[in-house]
Amino acid sequence: MAFEKDLNLDATALRLGLPGTSEEQTSASGKSNKRALPDMNEESVSGDNSNVADARKCDQETAPPSKAQVVGWPPIRSYRKNCLQPKKTEAEAAGIYVKVSMDGAPYLRKIDLKVYKGYPELLKALEDMFKFKVGEYSEREGYNGSEFVPTYEDKDGDWMLVGDVPWEMFTNSCKRLRIMKGSEARGLGCVV
Amino acid sequence: MRHNRAERMSEDDERQQSSPSDLEFTSNKARNCNATGSGSGHPEFQSPFPDQVLENVLENVLHFLTSRRDRNAASLVCKSWYRVEALTRSELFIGNCYAVSPDRATARFIRVRALHLKGKPRFADFNLMPPDWGAHFNPWALALAKAYPWLEKVYLKRMSVTDDDLATLAESFSGFKELVLVCCDGFGTSGLAIFVSKCRQLRVLDLIESEVTDDETDWISCFPEGESHLESLIFDCVECPINFEALERLVARSPSLKKLRLNRHVSIGQLYRLMIRAPQLTHLGTGSFSPLEVAGQGDQEPDYVTAFAACRSLVCLSGFREIIPDYLPAIYPVCSNLTSLNFSYANIDAEQLKPIISNCHKLQVFWVLDSICDEGLQAVAATCKELRELRVFPIDAREDSDGPVSEVGLQAISEGCRKLQSILYFCQRMTNAAVIAMSKNCPDLVVFRLCIMGRHRPDPVTGDPMDDGFGAIVMNCKKLTRLAVSGLLTDKAFDYIGRYGKLVRTLSVAFAGDSDMGLKYVLEGCPQLQKLEIRDSPFGDAALRSGLHHYYNMRFLWMSSCSLTRQGCQEIAHAMDRLVVEVIRSIGEEEMDDSVGTLYMYRSLEGPRTDAPKFVTIL
Repeated sequence: MAFEKDLNLDATALRLGLPGTSEEQTSASGKSNKRALPDMNEESVSGDNSNVADARKCDQETAPPSKAQVVGWPPIRSYRKNCLQPKKTEAEAAGIYVKVSMDGAPYLRKIDLKVYKGYPELLKALEDMFKFKVGEYSEREGYNGSEFVPTYEDKDGDWMLVGDVPWEMFTNSCKRLRIMKGSEARGLGCVV
Repeated sequence: MRHNRAERMSEDDERQQSSPSDLEFTSNKARNCNATGSGSGHPEFQSPFPDQVLENVLENVLHFLTSRRDRNAASLVCKSWYRVEALTRSELFIGNCYAVSPDRATARFIRVRALHLKGKPRFADFNLMPPDWGAHFNPWALALAKAYPWLEKVYLKRMSVTDDDLATLAESFSGFKELVLVCCDGFGTSGLAIFVSKCRQLRVLDLIESEVTDDETDWISCFPEGESHLESLIFDCVECPINFEALERLVARSPSLKKLRLNRHVSIGQLYRLMIRAPQLTHLGTGSFSPLEVAGQGDQEPDYVTAFAACRSLVCLSGFREIIPDYLPAIYPVCSNLTSLNFSYANIDAEQLKPIISNCHKLQVFWVLDSICDEGLQAVAATCKELRELRVFPIDAREDSDGPVSEVGLQAISEGCRKLQSILYFCQRMTNAAVIAMSKNCPDLVVFRLCIMGRHRPDPVTGDPMDDGFGAIVMNCKKLTRLAVSGLLTDKAFDYIGRYGKLVRTLSVAFAGDSDMGLKYVLEGCPQLQKLEIRDSPFGDAALRSGLHHYYNMRFLWMSSCSLTRQGCQEIAHAMDRLVVEVIRSIGEEEMDDSVGTLYMYRSLEGPRTDAPKFVTIL
């Protein structure tokens, strides 16, 4: 893979996803403690591959595609599976968890933005979670037809309307979500 | 008499079965039932109230009986003993919350101080059961509140507990001391906040592998001010940040604190501050074991080694949730005292393990990730001669991943750790030879759980099924009570189990066997079998029928993705009226499908439960 690294194709590639993640991961270079020759490691996202090299699995490109995973097999509790992500930096985090609050609801919730592919999915999930409906979204007018307006706080601390920026920009900059209600919402909805 | 037999079935199961004829007593004059069996005696030798004196004596004596098996046996002697035993049982164990109703339990045992209650079957942990199946603690909480105002301890496993239930516990029992929740869910930090704020006598709060929702409530701050009675605080599974300053103050005012297991939101710097306040700790869960920010070159870091050295009583160490291996040497001072070490969340390799493990001469319990490879296991075998329990978890829990541990590691352990009693071993490859070696080298094995992660995988050296390996285990390990099998297995393996596994109480089977005979061998051959969980194996109705003689002796049978039909299960339900036969549908299955996705059946005094969700049909 040395030649690919020189051309730095990854850095200039157009794709969805956070900077620092690689979208394609063959089964052999999965998020594990794979034994691999040291110079094969650039593609791997996992933290430390400081193991002794093992020539057994060195041809990762020719590894067979992974079998479809069976439910509940191997029998490891999901808590344990989730905890065993190797040590990673924030940029490589497996999920983008943000808190969601709704005006008037007693409890906050947390969601993983990575799970959603775009705004429609996200909004549907929020609607299901808090049992409300957003109005029709238009770029000019914001959300029409409902007293609930989804907003988010971005990295600069500003409160923005959900949907105004492209999805990846949103997932990169969203710190928390708030579903506003009532007149406060209407005020924000008009700001584009 | 029938009532007694039924009661016996629902209490604990793990004891000798005596035949019902033991309970024959034709006389109504239970008060004359004389424990010494010397008959009704001559009138001139009777003191005024012989029965009462005897009952008092009995009560005092029975207080010394703690084992529930002994108590169950004692309760069968006669009505008098039954009554007195019920009066004196202070610890109540219920292995299946649906086997008996809260009202029935509280009516029989009126002076209970501790309750131990289990709910969902174990396979629910692996997403094999849809959520909201049941096991609600709520009806129990309410019944307990009414019946046992002096209740002190509640231990729950795989139950659904709500915030309201926690509030009920805290508000109903002024002397409540211990709450242990293992693999539970349904509650959040708000419930915890209410609970700790109202439980003034709390000594133990252990949350183990439970799911706790983050309600953004600062529950640590809700412990009452002033000196606390806390002896154990375990919250390593709570996946939300905590108020560290409040925790530090809490630890500082808990002089009896012996067990503290932190969650991964506690950094190593914070751990240090807690340790210097609590050098009396015997059990420590270290939290993340990494700093909040990466320390710079010249930064002054606390003296972690000294902090560990000060904990002279430390015997049990766990945590290391986000370990930075550079900090591992800090634990050197305690290694030689450790009896239990849990590295099962620590991604470390053999080289990082060796300096630690080579000092752990007293280690009895060791949980670890397979990142240490066979080489790491060899190091364990070389030093840990007192090892009783080993668990090796996979860092990459998939069928087709690399396997850093193999038969080599198992063989090494079997040769080095002769006192081994319990093993759980995940691997990608295993040979019959290594399993046979372990069966011979470790005769004290009570628990043998081997998970070869590739389904139907044969012995890679010989190409044979794994029958002989597991056969050797049941043949040679005469104390074996729990077994989990894997790899390519034919009916022969089950023949061995039925023939030799006479003490086996718990058996886990997955992707194994050829035909109904496999299950028949087990059901006909294993008289002590209590818990049988099977998935994806070709066992059908005929096999199910072969267990009719035994199902009342079992706590439960689970069979998912096998070859059962609805009629087959219906037959069982009709034949056995004290058995609850649940057919659980997965998503996509129709109610009237003939084949059964999941069968879960268990003995019960209460008949079909009333809280079953829509996807459960009780036949």
